[in-house]
Amino acid sequence: MTTQSLRVRTDAPAARPPEEAPPARGRRPLFRQRAGRQHHAGPLAYTLLAIAAIVSIFPLYWTMVAASTDNTRVSQSPPPFLPGPNLFSNLARAWDEAAMGKAMANSLIVAGVIALSTVLFATLAGFAFAKLRFRGRNFLLMLVIATMMVPPQLGVVPLFMMMSELGWQQQLPAVIFPTLVSAVGVFFMRQYLSEALPDELVEAGRVDGAHSLRIFWSIVLPIARPPMAVLFMITFVHAWNDFFWPFVVLDMTNPTVPVALTQLSAGYIRDQSLIMAGALLGTLPLLAMFIVFGRQIVSGIMQGAVKG
Amino acid sequence: MATSTPNAQAGTGSSGPPPESGDDGRAGRRRSALLHRLDVKGVPYAFVAPFFIVFAAFSFYPLIYTSWISLHRVELSTLDFMEWVALDNYIALWSDERFWNALGNTVTIGVISTVPQLLMALGLAHLLNYRMRASLFFRVASLVPYATSVGAAALVFTMLFERDFGMINWALGTVGIDPVNWEADKWPAQIAISTIVIWRWTGYNALLYLAAMQAIPADRYEAAAIDGASRWKQFTQVTVPGIRSTIVFTIVLSTIGATQLFGEPLIFGQGPNGVTGGADNQYQTLGLLLYEEGWKNYQMGRSATVAWAMFLLLVLAFLAQRLIKRLRARTS
Repeated sequence: MTTQSLRVRTDAPAARPPEEAPPARGRRPLFRQRAGRQHHAGPLAYTLLAIAAIVSIFPLYWTMVAASTDNTRVSQSPPPFLPGPNLFSNLARAWDEAAMGKAMANSLIVAGVIALSTVLFATLAGFAFAKLRFRGRNFLLMLVIATMMVPPQLGVVPLFMMMSELGWQQQLPAVIFPTLVSAVGVFFMRQYLSEALPDELVEAGRVDGAHSLRIFWSIVLPIARPPMAVLFMITFVHAWNDFFWPFVVLDMTNPTVPVALTQLSAGYIRDQSLIMAGALLGTLPLLAMFIVFGRQIVSGIMQGAVKG
Repeated sequence: MATSTPNAQAGTGSSGPPPESGDDGRAGRRRSALLHRLDVKGVPYAFVAPFFIVFAAFSFYPLIYTSWISLHRVELSTLDFMEWVALDNYIALWSDERFWNALGNTVTIGVISTVPQLLMALGLAHLLNYRMRASLFFRVASLVPYATSVGAAALVFTMLFERDFGMINWALGTVGIDPVNWEADKWPAQIAISTIVIWRWTGYNALLYLAAMQAIPADRYEAAAIDGASRWKQFTQVTVPGIRSTIVFTIVLSTIGATQLFGEPLIFGQGPNGVTGGADNQYQTLGLLLYEEGWKNYQMGRSATVAWAMFLLLVLAFLAQRLIKRLRARTS
């Protein structure tokens, strides 16, 4: 999509002369090609967008509010709207009492390993599908896309039996291995590389006698770095939040964050502000990532979206 | 296949550019030519192999094996022991009230959560497509729920929907509406669970739509504007048809998600009622039933049967979609 929009932009100057744009828009030629539909947002649009933003953010804000008060204050009507003084003590208690510390470490390992391996394997496969010629390429690519339609939940019973046979029950590998690489990732890298990587570069590498792995290492990787970063983050988010399978195969002695959070809801802990502190703690790493890399994640999701 | 990579590496690495430097004679040249062929022919398969190996081992094989297990009696405590029962599990499922209840709940929650979600996403995408200040902020903000795990989101909403001190009942109270018992009553519970789903996925879908909207050629809008089409007409006659394939894509994704719904009702049902989906199973989905049969009642065979029923539901949903599409194509 990046290259696609770049191409559109280079087209724009050529399209400009015949089109008579109103002078007000002339200041921003970049957007000229959108003149037909890109209206300026009016007050109504801003209002609606502000409401949408508030609705999106409010539950998290309120998680923080609830996590910073105490149990009695949370359980009153009207509920609190402003933060209280206990945020850090509640977070510390959630870390210890609700096993959130261990859960965060586990989730970091799980999501980190899955994201790394997905990026590596998806880039390899995406490169092969985009630029290498081999028999059955189109069929295999169709197969990759078709696998996106198979929800993993359906095979959960045999998968569980498999893991218990391997002795991986309650072990992190049971969560890591089934998601080492994703169809979405392969397709995402393939889409990017087929547009961003010029055939001539690959051919030139071949003429110089470089073998495929060498071409991958010194030609593909440098070009693929931005989408690899995006894929890493999106995969990390998914792996961090993945719920059903970890819930089935792990238990409270060795949980990931979402599994530990169900424990909070299960009624063993009566302190509501502690529950909210746990929920906040489990979300903080991803929120931090979104605040720092929001632009990249947004563009990554939008790039992945446009499919023929 | 996998071994071809290091071989090829060693071959081309040691003998340099094959055709020109023919120092080590004909045999050497033939060897490196062979390696080159192997590299060109074999390596692509090695590159795509990891995906297919992982998929085959952890998705495809379990999916197929599920059907075999569903014909057996298998208990969680003795997984090695499988007793052939033919279609007994399916017959039991068919006459099980809880199954029909869960099926109904999955469908109703699926509809209540998907339809408003995609419509709102469409509206949000349209707004985000305006030229404006702080557009990045609005985009990131609408993606914040997507960064929140099911666990955290469901916990917060469970508290917001609390009967006695929850914010939603309090807000309803300020406009004179009596408190709603969100957890205990069927429809309120299903609406509350759908709210969690809608909250988490609307912004994500909106960004998918936005990306597609930005790829619509501007001249289509210009043509429509010249024809005197109003903004609304432009939206329905240019924007929506222009992003049709993305809409279909999101419908497919949401349908899959809806048939698999698990975490939201589980956590919303706090504690002992979680897996049963409320005291009267009023919001038990097929996902919860699958888990209950397997990991609470220890009947893995039954659980596999529920999984197949979910798969069948998915297939039916897609057939229905195709049928609707066909009928619409015929009428228009």
